[in-house]
Amino acid sequence: MSIWVNKDTKVLVQGITGAVGAFHTKQMLEYGTKIVGGVTPGKAGTRIEGLPVFHTVLDAVKATGANASVVYVPHAFAADAICEATDAGIGLVVCITEGIPILDMVKVKRYMAGKNTRLIGPNCPGIITPGECKIGIMPGYIHKPGAIGIVSRSGTLTYEAVHQVTALGMGQSTCVGIGGDPVNGTNFIDVLSAFQEDPQTEAVILIGEIGGTAEEEAAVFVKSKMTKPVVGFVAGQTAPKGKRMGHAGAIISGGKGTAADKIGAFKEAGISVAGTPADLGITLAQRLGRKVH
Amino acid sequence: MNIHEYQAKAILAKYGVAVPKGKVADTPLDAEVIAMEFGTPVVVKAQIHAGGRGKGGGIKLAKTPAEAKACAKQIIGMTLVTPQTGPQGKRVKRVLVEQAGAIQRELYLGMVIDRATSRIVMMASTEGGMEIETVAANTPEKILKEYVDPALGLMPYQARNLAFGLSIPTPLSGKAVRFMTGLYKAFVDTDCSLAEINPLVLTEDGEVLALDAKMNFDSNGLFRNKEIQEYRDFDEEDPTETEASKYDLSYIRLDGNIGCMVNGAGLAMATMDMIKTCGGSPANFLDVGGGANTEQVTNAFRLIVSDANVKAILVNIFGGIMRCDVIAEGVVAAVKTLGLKVPLVVRQEGTNVEKGKEILSASNLDIITATDMKDAAEKVVAAAARAN
Repeated sequence: MSIWVNKDTKVLVQGITGAVGAFHTKQMLEYGTKIVGGVTPGKAGTRIEGLPVFHTVLDAVKATGANASVVYVPHAFAADAICEATDAGIGLVVCITEGIPILDMVKVKRYMAGKNTRLIGPNCPGIITPGECKIGIMPGYIHKPGAIGIVSRSGTLTYEAVHQVTALGMGQSTCVGIGGDPVNGTNFIDVLSAFQEDPQTEAVILIGEIGGTAEEEAAVFVKSKMTKPVVGFVAGQTAPKGKRMGHAGAIISGGKGTAADKIGAFKEAGISVAGTPADLGITLAQRLGRKVH
Repeated sequence: MNIHEYQAKAILAKYGVAVPKGKVADTPLDAEVIAMEFGTPVVVKAQIHAGGRGKGGGIKLAKTPAEAKACAKQIIGMTLVTPQTGPQGKRVKRVLVEQAGAIQRELYLGMVIDRATSRIVMMASTEGGMEIETVAANTPEKILKEYVDPALGLMPYQARNLAFGLSIPTPLSGKAVRFMTGLYKAFVDTDCSLAEINPLVLTEDGEVLALDAKMNFDSNGLFRNKEIQEYRDFDEEDPTETEASKYDLSYIRLDGNIGCMVNGAGLAMATMDMIKTCGGSPANFLDVGGGANTEQVTNAFRLIVSDANVKAILVNIFGGIMRCDVIAEGVVAAVKTLGLKVPLVVRQEGTNVEKGKEILSASNLDIITATDMKDAAEKVVAAAARAN
């Protein structure tokens, strides 16, 4: 088991003919992801990596039976692409695109409310169930099938955690990057609750960063609803106030959203907090009572 | 992105939000002329990107045009220190001269994007002139909130809830509702991330006016708001941060001595934290992003070494989209062009890491390699300490 994606997930690539879309289509295929086609308006009939390209998501779904899509569409058009996939009945939309206007995402969230589509991202590395399905931009080879669920707001910091878990010989059930934007589709609690329900997942690594209160809300959930061990880290302990640290959502405003607050909330919830990102693996091993060489 | 008060008021006026009659003056003489044109009294207000200007002597009341000139002379060119500028303060280039009227009540009106609900929220409070964070901390019941459905926009009933909730007298409630709907429209049309009218005033002659106005914009929305882009004031920014934005690099200057170049915002923050844990201090945050090319890496490197405080550099890359060989080529190209006067520690992992390592070792440059993040941070902290 795993969460949300597995070897049977049929994936559509929105923006498949763009440089980024084409590059990652190849990477995902090489990893073994079941990609069934792509969408670029105006490019139907062409083929990328041998895959059929369609004008619209609706056409693509009819022809291929896709149940997931990944969005590499440029930021000005990405909100439209997410809504199109939702309207076509795709169950899981993973949006990699960075730089989507926040007010576009406010509309997207409103549109998706009450519909049966899950959005992961935007501005995220995607989701991977090691050995089965990789949807996104993460380097596949650092992952290994296993029992640790990983969820994070940061892409490269997720890779860091994955790498350490793999190095310790443990492997991952599923890794989800929820993205660095202030308004996103899937939040920490959605992922934590799926990991809690997933029989394969034994423990979870939760990686947060400054800005907003998603970590504090996740901590409340962990404390009240989770029985599986959780290890955490929060990036940005040295970040100055009022400055946007790369991610649109990573900003301490009005004294709210500091790393210290979040770490405090994690500890209060019984989450084992790693002092540095380099200690994530060791903290996990210790929490699980495993010996580290 | 931030803009000045006078610019925010110009935008708001276009949307039917009532603002005091005002004009910008670059010189004391201009201020005097404006005061003569408007009639006195006038308020002379320093235009900088920071709040708390009144406390620092940046806002003055003038009863005659000559006084307006004298006030402007004091303010223009001064270095204004407010709780928000930091101790170094900000130099004032111009003032806003506004007609001053008799104020009956001071209120607060603000808008932000609420992350928890993914909606725009309009907030109002009777505690005008106070910082909303203080009100929220001490008397949260005094903040009224209306969450806006993006499909509907701010509905008139929501504006009425706020207006009557603030006990705005019935004859003025229509004006208050127009004010709020205008503010909402301006917020949405220009991709704002924050708008604050503090204070919103009710005047003795029955007007509802924005006495002050602050607007921040979502950088992700700037591409479709050309007019807002033109309001950008480069003098209010750190020059290196401005330079970095030209190359799509995310750079924030800090006060330490270890320059950092990292891919990914989370990893970049974590790298800064790691340096601190190891006893060092980061000179900057720099995220080269997911798809940087050799030229961007060279530019990133140049920005780091342009900071005279930098005594050692740490490059920490975990390749995803970003390939380690691209970073390695960029680093080698940068060092060859710019020279290397301080120790350089490189740690790379992820996509094409072997190629990246080959490129660095084949370059014969004096680069300290590191196996993981902790090793890298320890090495760069030690190198910076030796250089001091």
